[in-house]
Amino acid sequence: MDFRDTPDEAAFRAGLRQWLTDTLPAGWADRTPAPGRWDEAFTREWTRKLYDAGYVGLTWPKEYGGGGAPHTHQGIYLEESARVGAPDHIGVIGLGMAGPTIIAWGTDEQKKRYLPPLLAGEEVWCQGFSEPGSGSDLAGARTRAELDGDEWVVNGQKVWSSYAHIADWCILVVRTDPSASKHAGLSYLLVDMHTPGVEVRPLRQITGDPEFNEVFFTDVRVPRDSMLGQPGEGWNVAMTTLLHERGTLGFALTAALERQVLNLVKLAREVGADDPVVRDQIAQQWIDLQALRFTNYRSLTALQKTGVPGPEGSVAKLHWSETNQRLTKLALSLQGLASQLDGDGAVWDGYWQYQQLRSRGNTIEAGTSEVLRNIIAERVVGLPRSR
Amino acid sequence: MDFAFSSEQEQLRASVRDYLRDRYGDERVVALAESDAGWDPSSWRELADMGWLDPSLGLLEHAVIAEESAYALLPAPWFATVALAWPLLDEQLRDAVAAGERSVTLARHGSVTADAGGDTLTGVATLVPDLTSVTDVLVVADGGVYAVEATPDVVVPRSTMDRTRRLGELRLDRTPARRLDASFGPEVRRRSLALASCEAVGVAQRALDLAAAYTKTREQFGRVIGTYQAVSHKVADIFVALQLGRSLAYWAAWAVSEDDPQADVAVSAAKSAATEGAVLACEYAIQAHGGIGFTYEHVLHRYYKRAQWLEAFEGYGRDHRAAVAAAILDSEGAVA
Ligand SMILES: Cc1cc2nc3c(=O)[nH]c(=O)nc-3n(C[C@H](O)[C@H](O)[C@H](O)COP(=O)(O)OP(=O)(O)OC[C@H]3O[C@@H](n4cnc5c(N)ncnc54)[C@H](O)[C@@H]3O)c2cc1C
Repeated sequence: MDFRDTPDEAAFRAGLRQWLTDTLPAGWADRTPAPGRWDEAFTREWTRKLYDAGYVGLTWPKEYGGGGAPHTHQGIYLEESARVGAPDHIGVIGLGMAGPTIIAWGTDEQKKRYLPPLLAGEEVWCQGFSEPGSGSDLAGARTRAELDGDEWVVNGQKVWSSYAHIADWCILVVRTDPSASKHAGLSYLLVDMHTPGVEVRPLRQITGDPEFNEVFFTDVRVPRDSMLGQPGEGWNVAMTTLLHERGTLGFALTAALERQVLNLVKLAREVGADDPVVRDQIAQQWIDLQALRFTNYRSLTALQKTGVPGPEGSVAKLHWSETNQRLTKLALSLQGLASQLDGDGAVWDGYWQYQQLRSRGNTIEAGTSEVLRNIIAERVVGLPRSR
Repeated sequence: MDFAFSSEQEQLRASVRDYLRDRYGDERVVALAESDAGWDPSSWRELADMGWLDPSLGLLEHAVIAEESAYALLPAPWFATVALAWPLLDEQLRDAVAAGERSVTLARHGSVTADAGGDTLTGVATLVPDLTSVTDVLVVADGGVYAVEATPDVVVPRSTMDRTRRLGELRLDRTPARRLDASFGPEVRRRSLALASCEAVGVAQRALDLAAAYTKTREQFGRVIGTYQAVSHKVADIFVALQLGRSLAYWAAWAVSEDDPQADVAVSAAKSAATEGAVLACEYAIQAHGGIGFTYEHVLHRYYKRAQWLEAFEGYGRDHRAAVAAAILDSEGAVA
């Protein structure tokens, strides 16, 4: 057991720190965080810098443009980025879900075709899993794909697709065999969002932002080989995606929470936090952060030693989402009635108001907390199935 | 970064677990808990023979034994000796402990003073863990540490909820004492907090195992109760609390053993989260058992009482969170 950086890890961290200091605008780390409104042009520019410096896809195979580095490097990258509040890569879904699924299931050709532009941020991905009639029950998906010559013809509707409005590609769960049982009838397509028949309609979230969308597919023709796995293997492929989406290796979740705890401490220092109850609650957020961090380390160590992440990884997303909700609510409560202001003139121009509202989505997206508790109870603890 | 016990440490865990499974089944633990002595003094030699009292063990080995012995609720002054008195022992006591001849606890609350001459002590020390089980007690008095024999004339047992970890009162009246070349410092407290956290992990793990076993088999309304989400989600919450507490407890043990700069906040984080997690685990497990979980006969209440003992030991969670708050809010610089 040793939590210190190895010499190799320490060198990587030092180089990254220097790069972040040199590359971020002056004073960036100490600035007051801005509300969540998302600046696409800025994010694209930052993505390019990250890519050129070799910090994107650190753990991905070298032959497809990745860095071939151990997972700890990705952990260090996220930790250091969180500490200075560096912006994200534009391809959150591509890097976090589509890419790892393509690495796990793709043919060599598919990997060569899709991974490099994904890493460079030249192609943005979205996720087409949820439908109006099937969210938690993903296997109930009804969007159809029928083979016509060398093409799949897709008809149906997806919903809540984040970033679909800027996406070039979509990982799409479709039903290819309606006569097969629920799970066995599914397949997993890689769909070009610029194909005729794809229509994206933004939906406003409770924050007011249109971050997710409805996506309609009308006779959309997709090349036959734009599929991950075989027809009928869609469920298994989708499980790989969900494993990554739920942050079984929760570095990204730890980094996000670390950033929020730092922000909370900054806010508490600004507004003054002498009340022992408030101090108790702030300390609890910090402890919850450390619990997430070290649980994640434990899971990662198991992965490195045995090839599979430990069962403790299943708590990461559940714990993170509920902690983030408590934390952002606490941040609002430090503001008194002024917590009800948003926009200009609000504390930090409404940063916390945005974050608090956005946090309510954390226990719904990527598997609701109820579904995650089902998974822990049934697949990890081994209780009988509830349905 | 490597967050795993070594293979030697894992072997130690397996051997501790085997021994406890063989020798300390629930029935025997309950019988001992209900006995006057509260434990089987002849077992002390067995623990020594297995090396659990060996001076060469480090804190991570102690962490492993603490977790496993709490899982079995082993009634013995191992925690008192190893988690409390250990760093203060002189060579004479350390050798006697390693040989299984002596067991030691630590008395640090109350008002004891050294008499003129310095070779006797007078006063009362309260709330001393396992005082009725040990042969010796180290007393913190006038800034020094003294060794006193825990003979019946100076020991007053106190009725304690956790009958496997009883508290006692030490009444000294010009009692012979030997001053040790040691002082009670923060590192002694850190150790005890880290190991108490590891014990809490063992307790929570047992609560989870009991809850899982019961909810997998008990039927009501024609269904196994584990299929009801009101039940199964509480079991999932036990799992979550257990895993989070475990991560923090191991981190704390490592940080203390390495004298890491974060050792103080690590033990506070671990102590508050792991012990509160153990209490929650037991409460949910009791609820999942219904009436049987509320009986004196079922073993669960014994774990619940240990969990509460640990929660109360060296400061409740709020005391530790106050320490964390001071560290992250009142000093400049990086907090995470
Ligand atoms: C911010 C945000 C971004 C998202 N981005 C995407 C995206 O990019 N791509 C995508 O495909 N989807 C996305 N989603 C959709 C998300 O995955 C679904 O909303 C989620 O899986 C729940 O599905 P649902 O909305 O149909 O709710 P339902 O499944 O209908 O659930 C409603 C309620 O019932 C509960 N429930 C359902 N089944 C069970 C059960 N078996 N046991 C106990 N309780 C149950 C749920 O927990 C929930 O509380 C996003 C959602 C949000 C909020």
